[in-house]
Amino acid sequence: MTHDLRAETITISGHGGDEIEAYLGLPTDVDTCGSIVVIHHMPGYDEATKEIVRKFAANGYAALMPNLYHREAPGAAPDDAAATARASGGVPDERLVGDVAGAMAHLRSLATSNSKVASIGYCSGGRQSLLAGCRLPLDAVIDCYGAFTVVDSPAESPLRATAIVAEVGNLRGPVLGLFGADDQYPSPEQNQVLADALTAAGKDYHFRTFDGAAHAFFNVDRPSFRPEAALEGWREVFSFLERTVA
Amino acid sequence: MCTYQTANIELRASGKTLEGWVGMTSASVYFDHPVHFPAGHALMIDVRNQERGPSARVALELDPASARALAETILLTLDQVPDVLLAESGH
Repeated sequence: MTHDLRAETITISGHGGDEIEAYLGLPTDVDTCGSIVVIHHMPGYDEATKEIVRKFAANGYAALMPNLYHREAPGAAPDDAAATARASGGVPDERLVGDVAGAMAHLRSLATSNSKVASIGYCSGGRQSLLAGCRLPLDAVIDCYGAFTVVDSPAESPLRATAIVAEVGNLRGPVLGLFGADDQYPSPEQNQVLADALTAAGKDYHFRTFDGAAHAFFNVDRPSFRPEAALEGWREVFSFLERTVA
Repeated sequence: MCTYQTANIELRASGKTLEGWVGMTSASVYFDHPVHFPAGHALMIDVRNQERGPSARVALELDPASARALAETILLTLDQVPDVLLAESGH
């Protein structure tokens, strides 16, 4: 593997046929490959998450990140777009699922596709990755510290996220969950509730909770970055993808 | 931690953005991940004019103690202003 890749901004058909912006990373040193939909965190479709897309491509996976805030803020800076989306109540679940479905369809249409597609999401995207896996034919799902999978977000907040634990019986592929022991949203107790639900539903899953890490330990440009957890987390991610969609 | 805790209010204000001064109409206050402030979480304030688009925004990311001090100072300042001036500045 040479880690050669091509990355570019494209337009895909998202929920309801809406044309939305997306960032695509393609390995250029493979004949066929698996794919992954990258779901950005609440701070948005930002440079750090585009770097994650390129990392997947460099490691042999076609990766595509839809801009979930494109409708509210086309062409805006990621932080302005995130603020606008937050103020208007966040991304509705139905729209998220439609956008991920559009990203999946685009990835499967690529000449290099082996037809297998995973999803990964960070922070709010962790919950959204799991949600997408419950409602779409994803071959594998990765949830990185997604909150509000087993409890609802605060009722008084206009930013709504409802628990999705009741839907895990619909998952079609295995689940990888990566969490920080010091995180409270989601807390280790909440992650155990999710694990119990996956066990009860007979699902293939693997959860890792890293000591000394809290939320967002993958974020290399934030104080929450924990190199040991992130390095081990990336090893888990690529091992999981090799098993499920490579 | 991703709290989702957010409060939205309407307001009358002017804010200086990259494009100059803009009349502002709303604000969001929340405690969540900052974009720039070097901490895992911060008290976030977005003062916005939604009609003027996403970039019509003045943003602050504050550590909790600073946010409280700022809020208290705002209230103290307002408490010291004569009623006649407050009436003149408002509708």
